[in-house]
Amino acid sequence: MLDTAKRKTMLRQMILIRAFEEKLEELYQRKAMFGSTHSYRGQEAIAVGVCSALQATDLIASYHRGTGHLIAKGADLYTLLCECMGRADGYSKGRGGKMHMGDMGFGFIGNTGTVGGTVPTATGAALAAKVRGSKEVVISFFGDGAANQGVVHEAMNMAGVWKLPVIYVCENNQYAMTVSLEKSTAVKQLSVRGQAYGFEGKTIDGNDVETVYEATQEAAAKGRGGGGATFLECVTYRWDGHFGGDPGTGYRSKEEVEAWKQKCPIKKLKEKLIQDGHLTEQEFAKISADVYAELDEVAKRAEAAPLPKKEVDLGGVYAATEVAHG
Amino acid sequence: MAKPMVTGETQGAVKELRMQEALRETLRYEMARDGRVFVMGEDVALFGGAYGVTRGLLQEFGESRVLDTPISEAGIIGLAVGAAINGMRPVVEIQFCDLLPLAMDQLASHAARYHYMTGGRINVPMVVRSKFATRSGGGPSHSSCNHGAFIHFPGLKIIMPTTPADAKGLLLSAIRDPNPVLCFESHYLYGVRGPVPEGEYLVPIGKAVVRREGKDLTIVTCGGMVLKADAAADLLKQKGIDIEIVDLRSLAPLDKETIIDSVAKTKRAFVLDEGPMIGGLSAEIAAMIQENLFSDLKGPVVRIGAQPIPPPHSPPLVEAMIPDVDQIVDAVMRLAEGGKLP
Repeated sequence: MLDTAKRKTMLRQMILIRAFEEKLEELYQRKAMFGSTHSYRGQEAIAVGVCSALQATDLIASYHRGTGHLIAKGADLYTLLCECMGRADGYSKGRGGKMHMGDMGFGFIGNTGTVGGTVPTATGAALAAKVRGSKEVVISFFGDGAANQGVVHEAMNMAGVWKLPVIYVCENNQYAMTVSLEKSTAVKQLSVRGQAYGFEGKTIDGNDVETVYEATQEAAAKGRGGGGATFLECVTYRWDGHFGGDPGTGYRSKEEVEAWKQKCPIKKLKEKLIQDGHLTEQEFAKISADVYAELDEVAKRAEAAPLPKKEVDLGGVYAATEVAHG
Repeated sequence: MAKPMVTGETQGAVKELRMQEALRETLRYEMARDGRVFVMGEDVALFGGAYGVTRGLLQEFGESRVLDTPISEAGIIGLAVGAAINGMRPVVEIQFCDLLPLAMDQLASHAARYHYMTGGRINVPMVVRSKFATRSGGGPSHSSCNHGAFIHFPGLKIIMPTTPADAKGLLLSAIRDPNPVLCFESHYLYGVRGPVPEGEYLVPIGKAVVRREGKDLTIVTCGGMVLKADAAADLLKQKGIDIEIVDLRSLAPLDKETIIDSVAKTKRAFVLDEGPMIGGLSAEIAAMIQENLFSDLKGPVVRIGAQPIPPPHSPPLVEAMIPDVDQIVDAVMRLAEGGKLP
């Protein structure tokens, strides 16, 4: 059983991730940011459950719907929001946007917009840990859509053969953009993909942050001890459309969306905490209000931050020296 | 053999090696010096690589640093990217460059872009070695010259050694480079012998070399074509035409200065490439020359390269596709007659 302080921290983090996505949506709607959003609302328990179970030296790789993972791993909110908004102060100086960042300073290997593209990156980072004999565990976040990419299978096979310390966290939110899992995938449970490559695969409730936490902790201990990879299929649901301009209604029913909103991961933990006598409605409202107020402040600063200068930085294409990591 | 053989600073003795052996010696040298360097690829460990380059490394460095992989080109290169980001220096072997397109996303959209797209927070120090050359018996999936396709992607460095000494010096620079480097190794050159300096020997990436000095015409070329250009130059010498040969050695970044300096002197340029001409390396270099030297040129910049067909299997078909020495001589003579050479 997790202690109360940790559970409350996880609750706050989930609220923060949701508030961040809502702030992005607001900025997108009033055209204050560039590019689109990929809302993580509804999936917060996975990022928070996984990252809360890690050590500071552990690493994560993310994907296009990645802001939640970064926040949970310890990204700076202002720098992250600046990158989403194409500002010079962003993680990538405005070059990458929300789909293209990386900072080993907080154990973030990177994310890209190729679906499944960073699964081999995470696996390779785990290979480095194994070759070096260090104790890092690497998390590879990806979705049900990525589970059907060839390179994901190639990477998982090598992780199985070499017993790499990697945890494949497959966020099964049921839709690859607009195509349902049922229409794209012949197996019912994606966790069989782990077994297919010789390691454990589990399907868990991705909306229960404590379940995700415990499963990650177990998989991480196994990986650290030389026991190899784990596939965690976290079943969840994306509340919003695939991207900012997608209402998310053309390919799924209102009833389905509503039913999943009832299984809200924040609500779930909140109710458990209240039931256990560790939280009151007033306390929850205060945590929430504080988080939203903090984000308003961050957003004000980010909106006022300068755009990059109009210049072609040829010198930034190649690294002149090795980047000092962490 | 292309001269000068040894172009960089040497510290110790020089010994005669095949290019294949020079590459192997370089891997051994750097793996012994730097514990972050490891080798992975299909059949590189027990078998020693499809072309014998990694032979013996398994026995010397053990299976944690010499990894036989499954047949998964995209996955292998993708894992190398992650290992590089996480502090290692992987050297990957992909048996044929025909297989590089399987890993195009990992090379072009991941390895090449990480540094720029993360605002300089991440770098990817890795090397991908791959064999190229159009040769009979290989056919459409085992004998490509697709190096030109990779010059489109800013962030990749590309090297193509011609001599055993350059193979060592360039590969050593590549392993130590903080960026992803593609090393194209010619099938025709693996067995060619030449002097190789022992110990530290670095050839800078991005520097071409003048292999043969001449005053009448510059042939800009690379890889196995350097030898054909050299043979053509011997024949042309008998006809009174004095050829200068620029061996690119690096395709990205291109050494504009050496190319332009040579053509500014000779005022006539041929670009000779084993790869397809359309949209390729030779097109890029021809454009660069005329943009910089248009009014100085005494004739058009002529390209000779592969015919626009997939690489075929049977010897006569291959010979028809790839420029040979006679074709190079003929092309120069045609230009000479029309353009009053020398």
